[in-house]
Amino acid sequence: MKRYALRQLVQLAVVIVGISMLAFGILHVIGDPVTLLLPQNAGKEEYARYNKLLGLDQPIYVQYWKFASRAVQGDFGKSWYADTPAFSLVLQRMPPTLYLTTAGLAMALLIALPLGILAALKRHTFVDTLCTMTAVAGQAMPIFWLGIMLIIIFAVQLRLLPASGYGTWQHFLMPAFTLGAFLAPITMRLVRSGVIEIMNMDYIKTARAKGVGEGVVVVKHAFRNACIPVITVLGLQFGQLLGGAVVTETVFAWPGVATLTVDAIRNQDFPVVQCAVVLLALIIVAVNFLVDMIVGLIDPRIRVGG
Amino acid sequence: MSAVNAGEVPLRSPAAADGLSTGAHRSWRRLWRLKWGLVAAAIMLLIVGVSVAAPWLVPYSPVEVDIRHRLAPPAWMEGGTPDHVLGTDAIGRDLLSRMMYGGRVSLVIAVAAVLVSASIGVLLGLAAGYFGPKVDWTIMTLVNVMLTFPFVLLALAVIAVLGPSLTNMIIVLGVADWPLYARVIRAETMALRERDFMTAARALGMSHARIIFRQILPNLVSVIVVIATLQVARVIILESFLSFLGLGVQPPTPAWGNMLGDGRVYMLNSWWIAAFPGAAIFITTLTINLMGNALRDWLDPHMKL
Repeated sequence: MKRYALRQLVQLAVVIVGISMLAFGILHVIGDPVTLLLPQNAGKEEYARYNKLLGLDQPIYVQYWKFASRAVQGDFGKSWYADTPAFSLVLQRMPPTLYLTTAGLAMALLIALPLGILAALKRHTFVDTLCTMTAVAGQAMPIFWLGIMLIIIFAVQLRLLPASGYGTWQHFLMPAFTLGAFLAPITMRLVRSGVIEIMNMDYIKTARAKGVGEGVVVVKHAFRNACIPVITVLGLQFGQLLGGAVVTETVFAWPGVATLTVDAIRNQDFPVVQCAVVLLALIIVAVNFLVDMIVGLIDPRIRVGG
Repeated sequence: MSAVNAGEVPLRSPAAADGLSTGAHRSWRRLWRLKWGLVAAAIMLLIVGVSVAAPWLVPYSPVEVDIRHRLAPPAWMEGGTPDHVLGTDAIGRDLLSRMMYGGRVSLVIAVAAVLVSASIGVLLGLAAGYFGPKVDWTIMTLVNVMLTFPFVLLALAVIAVLGPSLTNMIIVLGVADWPLYARVIRAETMALRERDFMTAARALGMSHARIIFRQILPNLVSVIVVIATLQVARVIILESFLSFLGLGVQPPTPAWGNMLGDGRVYMLNSWWIAAFPGAAIFITTLTINLMGNALRDWLDPHMKL
């Protein structure tokens, strides 16, 4: 287990370095911060002066090293727009995003677990077909459209729920459902195939032969073991979940990191963009690591083979 | 050609794919899904046809402003006119015409971006699978970095720096979307490397390039086609989202995404402006996904994607 953890940690470090390079590269290699900062009619002299002021006349690896060593201390520079440190801006917006992703995950499980188990137990029947078709349709659904349709129906027409904003539990319902609908189809398919595979195992037959009730067989024996692939994939899907949160937040004007980042991108406020990108990636990597560890603990085959 | 059978289809373990279902049941299921694939293909053909022929089919120019008829509801609603079947937007442009044109932009960007990402992903995947641990480690680390990162944010950030344009959209979506191909192709290449015909090819003294492109690649065509098809749907959604945020296709060029973004402002009173373009995206991606699934079942039912 120690060796497995160590190997995962090394990989984690490499991925973090890679992401910081990506975040740095987006601005400094593809773009040119000076052109973005200066007005369009600025002269060559002014350009050179700013270039030097920002330290952009130095070799690129020196610049990256500076960026990285400051970033480690939580210093991503000041926002070009709000004149506050980018780090505190991003940190401030983190809780709503984390609440939303948690609620979305819960909603996805709430939809996917019953449907997945049901589809597996009623395999090759009308119920299964219906569940599978719902999943296929769900996968094709652009969730920003789903969100807008929900707003039109529940906020504008029926006036049941607030269209946007943050605060009460009513505010959570539509965004959580939207995000949940994004993750539910793949989760449902996994639960279905997991339960199907396990219902054919010998120990299920043994349990049945012992006279254990069907409900107990499904819940205690089958479902528990079907959880392993679901946990793994959900962990790996966490990045996707955050991507979905970006979309959901913009539709519902949710005051999280994603709306902050999208606004920062619109204002070309790159310190904030870089900071948000690196912090979000850190969370994703940490979650992935935890999932790897948990799965490694549950299933010894993985830590030896992987 | 050599005596080596390059067209050989790689065998996978069928036992792993499906628990206990009987052969008859499976082939019935295959046919059933294929039926949906054919229906989907027909619908897709219609969508592509309408998009291509849009200039000759549209009742109005997609950018023609008609302030007198602004925010007209669809024809079947109260206050709607048969002149504008799906209604008009905030400055009186005909929604149906804009939707027909919008499809062109979305489809062109998606297909071009998928060609870019498939090329990058397949080349890197082949290299990672063929050239041993060092190359493999480097490429797979890159894949992990890309997969860890929320794709949406990456695309947004790059577009913000480069500025939105048709070419930039294709490049960004193409460059950001290759890791999936690389991962699958790498695994398939590794499996193929152990096969007898590979040993034979090496024994015959073939060059690496020839082995990779003549012996390995032909075996992977069906996998690539299936992933690429499914990815077209994904890229359409992403492009729409970028356009929805105003960071993609720029007005007045109509695209489903930016129409949806425009409509969002008016959703309080004029729901149709947002509803129809979104429905077009949904139907198109659903159709492509059904096609992709059917294609997978038809080419290789044991493909694990």
